[in-house]
Amino acid sequence: MFGKRKKEEEGGEKGLFERLRQGLSKTRGSLAGRLDRLFLGRKEITQELLDDLEEILFTSDIGVATTQGLIDSVQDAVSRKALRDPAMVKDALKEQMLSYLHVPPIDHPLPAAGEPHVVMVIGVNGVGKTTTIGKAAHRFKSEGKKVMLVAADTFRAAAVEQLVIWGERVGADVIRQKSGSDPSAVVFDALSAAVSRKVDMVLIDTAGRLHTQKNLMEELQKIRRVAGKKLPGAPHEVWLVLDATTGQNAISQAQIFNEALGVTGIVLTKLDGTAKGGIVIGISKQLGIPIKFIGIGEKLDDLRPFNAEQFVQAVFE
Amino acid sequence: MFESLTEKLSDVLKKVTGRGRLSEANIQDALKQVRLALLEADVNYKVVKRLVEDIRHRAVGQEVMGSLTPGQQLIKIVNEELTRLMGETREGLHLIGRPPHCLMLVGLQGSGKTTTAAKLARFLGRQGRHPYLVPADVYRPAAIDQLKRLGSQIGVPVYPTDSDRRPEDICLDALSRAGREGADLLVLDTAGRLHIDVELMAELERIKEKCRPHEILLVADAMTGQDAVNVAKSFDEALDITGVILSKMEGDARGGAALSIKAVTHKPIKFIGVGEKIDALEPFYPDRMASQILGMGDVLSLIEKAQAEFDQQEALKLERKLRKNTFDLDDFLVQLRQMKKLGSLEQILGMLPGMGQLKKLKQFKPDERELIKVEAVINSMTRQERRNYKIINASRKRRIARGSGTSVQDVNRLLKNFAQTKKMMARFAKKGYFNMSSFLG
Repeated sequence: MFGKRKKEEEGGEKGLFERLRQGLSKTRGSLAGRLDRLFLGRKEITQELLDDLEEILFTSDIGVATTQGLIDSVQDAVSRKALRDPAMVKDALKEQMLSYLHVPPIDHPLPAAGEPHVVMVIGVNGVGKTTTIGKAAHRFKSEGKKVMLVAADTFRAAAVEQLVIWGERVGADVIRQKSGSDPSAVVFDALSAAVSRKVDMVLIDTAGRLHTQKNLMEELQKIRRVAGKKLPGAPHEVWLVLDATTGQNAISQAQIFNEALGVTGIVLTKLDGTAKGGIVIGISKQLGIPIKFIGIGEKLDDLRPFNAEQFVQAVFE
Repeated sequence: MFESLTEKLSDVLKKVTGRGRLSEANIQDALKQVRLALLEADVNYKVVKRLVEDIRHRAVGQEVMGSLTPGQQLIKIVNEELTRLMGETREGLHLIGRPPHCLMLVGLQGSGKTTTAAKLARFLGRQGRHPYLVPADVYRPAAIDQLKRLGSQIGVPVYPTDSDRRPEDICLDALSRAGREGADLLVLDTAGRLHIDVELMAELERIKEKCRPHEILLVADAMTGQDAVNVAKSFDEALDITGVILSKMEGDARGGAALSIKAVTHKPIKFIGVGEKIDALEPFYPDRMASQILGMGDVLSLIEKAQAEFDQQEALKLERKLRKNTFDLDDFLVQLRQMKKLGSLEQILGMLPGMGQLKKLKQFKPDERELIKVEAVINSMTRQERRNYKIINASRKRRIARGSGTSVQDVNRLLKNFAQTKKMMARFAKKGYFNMSSFLG
């Protein structure tokens, strides 16, 4: 039905780290190797070493401000003589990065008894919102929950059909209206249906449009308001989907979406390529938004909980 | 933390001091900020490294134009280097040979291929072509539906297929059907894929081999970060792409990926997508991209303004006069005053393309005192004399010298300079070099 979905069955939970590592290590194998040689047998921390570290951080899209912060912290430790051994530099950097990534979860209301947990999924075009929703639905289904998908992207041609196919694939109800209808009306009706059908999880797929478009932001805010009117507290979570291949613009996306809608968690997609997605380190630190999931492929179980240690490790491999 | 680097750069530029020439020492800090600005714009690390070295090399020892601060002069060089790297001229599609012509779009997931395919079809349809959209994405759910919808929106036929067939078969069959559909241009919308997906990259190679597309365009998201080089390189190595379309340019991304892609593939960027509407596709202009990446639009327009202090209307008038060869001593005086505002004539001419080596005019550098003298001499002439200097004989010269408190030699020098300038300018006007309005515009 979906053409030749490839490699559908391969790759379980245990292959994740391997695949992530494989993907992440591909391009900078030579650089990481050089770095290890640099560390090896060094007695002092040289400018050359710091430059190479800087290159690793920059090429991971960690960004100017965060990279400078990280390098400064190392240099600071070196001048305080707290860091003498080059071998310790890498660990010190990792520690620092982890501290940026370890932010407490954002408080959000919980659904009242008998009401569904509503998640609104937002992001710019092409980051993989619909695919993320399909994979998340699969995850919740396998936890034994009853899941409903809401097609609130009524703008993009065939976006509704794409979600319907995912719904069939994972076995979840899809609430839809005809293309071009008011997305907040779709959401309102869907939440009524969710309550009467005793659904546990509602995932709302919204239209992807650039965060610089004011009318999109207003449309999303309206969806949020209407959901809250129907079910007090809804949407309980707002997930922002970011594409790991995106560079510094992800900061702007996170800032603007967060201001407009209050983001409770980030989903970082497309980590199965060669991009590192390092931009989330700065976003997490600056905006205090935790990263919830990562996407590492197009298969049903390719949405995984975020693991900061693995993520940071992958930057250096 | 996320404060604008552009602001920082502007501050540092103000501190670039030292007169006359740029030196290693006075540009050091500014270059560091330029480097960071480029990195923040997502230009690839290695590309930035090379670029900054090129800029340093070019800047050190360079003379600062009279009307610019040293900081502005540096930014001017940075902008020129970026433009050079970006490609100086715009490149269109090369669709030659017997139709039907074939355009193939490739790229990562979510880069905007399907939307771009429809935009391109509309764009080319308006140029009198008869496009045919071919949905070759059999993987993403509803991708074929999406293209069908877009096709009907813009009134372009879409090859009918479902997702059970192999993409290369779809493309090849569409190619053979194009004629029957009255189409002379196929736009192949392929599935998004990771550049490291060997299996799917091989599929693209098979489509290429079977359909022999005239153009293979990589659709890349303008917001792409450091990974842009890996993606572009992989697609180019596998398919030998002919160009790039940069999508999602309407956002607030600085678009450094454009520079990275150009630097690693040497392939031109041909179009940009500037919105979600179907008509939001524009030809790409490299010079505009350069200033966007630098994020120094304000400073750059300031530099332009400094250059344009030379009143544009005056310039136009002058140009007309030069063409008609009616440039007289009154105009000469106006020009001298204008040039005084900008710096020496030599420097002005140095700013014009192809005029850099004009050392002949060096002798004519009006300084304040000389300008007063020249003004006095011209003011002592009759209107007739100013319109036609050839009537100025020995007795007129004596009268002018007396009237202006100068000597006959002064009058002679001025007339000689004027005659020389007029002759030279007339020659440039004929060659089209002296197009002042274009250098000011």
